[in-house]
Amino acid sequence: MEHFQLKRAADVKQALDMAMAPTGTAGPANTQSTQSIRFLAGGTTLLDLMKLDVERPTQVIDIHRLPLDKVETLDGGGVTIGATVRNADLANHPLIKAHYPVLSQALLSGASAQLRNMATTGGNLLQRTRCVYFRDTATPCNKREPGSGCSAIGGFNRNLAILGTSDHCIATNPSDMSVAMTALEATVHTESPEGKRSIAIDDFFLLPGTTPERETSLNAGELITHVTLPAPMPGNRSVYLKLRDRASYEFALASAAVVVTVSSGRIDHVRIALGGVGVKPWRSHEAEAALLGRAPDAPAFRAAAEAALQSARPQSQNGFKIELAKRCIQHALTLAIQTA
Amino acid sequence: MNDKPQRPDTTDDEPATLFERVTRRSFLTRVGAAGVAVGTGQLHSLALADSGDASQNGAPSGVVPTDSGNVHVQLNVNGTLHELDIDPRTTLLDCVREHLRLTGTKKGCDHGQCGACTVHVDGRRVNSCLSLAATHEGEMITTIEGIGRPGNLHPMQAAFVEHDGFQCGYCTSGQIMSAVALLTEPYSHSDEDVKEAMSGNICRCGAYSNIVSAIQQVRRKS
Repeated sequence: MEHFQLKRAADVKQALDMAMAPTGTAGPANTQSTQSIRFLAGGTTLLDLMKLDVERPTQVIDIHRLPLDKVETLDGGGVTIGATVRNADLANHPLIKAHYPVLSQALLSGASAQLRNMATTGGNLLQRTRCVYFRDTATPCNKREPGSGCSAIGGFNRNLAILGTSDHCIATNPSDMSVAMTALEATVHTESPEGKRSIAIDDFFLLPGTTPERETSLNAGELITHVTLPAPMPGNRSVYLKLRDRASYEFALASAAVVVTVSSGRIDHVRIALGGVGVKPWRSHEAEAALLGRAPDAPAFRAAAEAALQSARPQSQNGFKIELAKRCIQHALTLAIQTA
Repeated sequence: MNDKPQRPDTTDDEPATLFERVTRRSFLTRVGAAGVAVGTGQLHSLALADSGDASQNGAPSGVVPTDSGNVHVQLNVNGTLHELDIDPRTTLLDCVREHLRLTGTKKGCDHGQCGACTVHVDGRRVNSCLSLAATHEGEMITTIEGIGRPGNLHPMQAAFVEHDGFQCGYCTSGQIMSAVALLTEPYSHSDEDVKEAMSGNICRCGAYSNIVSAIQQVRRKS
């Protein structure tokens, strides 16, 4: 691990000031996606990658005790989740368990109890891919070193993406939390010296295209402060289903977050997001369109699954994910309908 | 035929060489002490909290000074306050092992994948390998040495002994720290929930079923 300056911020303003005013030998203030300044919260991704020399910040700003650790109801019925709320606390929060079970299930399916005690809401949104080439500085990787090439295309890609990939990157977004938040149409709120921003979660995550090093729409010196969820649809049922190589403590090969409302025997509202198969938490408008207005039955679920994976592009080792993801969607929908 | 694999015969001559023997731990301790001596030459004075404000959690706020070298921190470990001058890169794991000589906490993968390094911070279990020691000022750190001692074992330690919840023992302190934290976490009484709750602690020897038995015994009694 390379040497860095460690600072501790007491509040958001101080954190932003620290990110804008580097001292010592550091270069100019920079974004979270460059190599000079990093905000440190739970550390479960950042420290891991710093030990691998994938992350080499010259300044680390400790924000884990910023006063952003509350989950509260919003006027109008939604909730606001502070950026430093721990994953375990969010998963077990009464408001989340009661009104957004899909989010609670997604969080509890991720990582281990220890990691969930450390990892934060903001940090989970910025979790980096588990692609082995991204984590190995001895191999080319366009995400880690733009322009160096993608070792995963034609390499070890069994666990990598089949949706949203480009010729430059096929890395999977590893988050479970973000998949549930995508199905819940969350909004990510940020603060920077330029002011505050609210970003729809589907716009927060970027497709790799020709710039896979840029994963989110965060700008220079911008800090995630909280996430809001809209009020739940009355009568909705939601499920997170995760399929993986082990029964626990493993990243998804395919996962599905479904939020569905049925009235008079017809699906009149549905949101579907996929994990483990996309370069970002993958909202499937196609699957939703295939379900809307139909009776919640097996043929409808299969049609949704087919629609969701229609644009899938398998790599040399992950073709199995297409059928796996389809069945994941079907099974998640079946479970959601049963969860009366 | 003398085709048996040759093993170094340590049992016979061990008593004779006991006093001269450099154990792995004594060797590491000497090296570690030398490391600290070098480290103290690079100390930087503490200039805490530019504002002097207390943060919401009662922890000191402000900047940890890091012009080029070490940082000065106060860490509460097992109820004892330690003044330390450490490299900011020092993980909580390396800090308790190498600086405080609390070697019960083990380093396995050093990447948050095995759980051998599990300690409690403010009563919650965390992977100490993925945490910087200097970020834990004002928090209460508990290691395996802090929950029980020979002659006065924590019920979970006693249950691990009773149920043979280990073979080589390397993962055991992490397993026990996880298991103790589990007692206050919202899990059901089922074996399945215990397995899920303990999935962050890997046991290479495969003592899992005995670990579950040990934990369930303590949960039934508590």
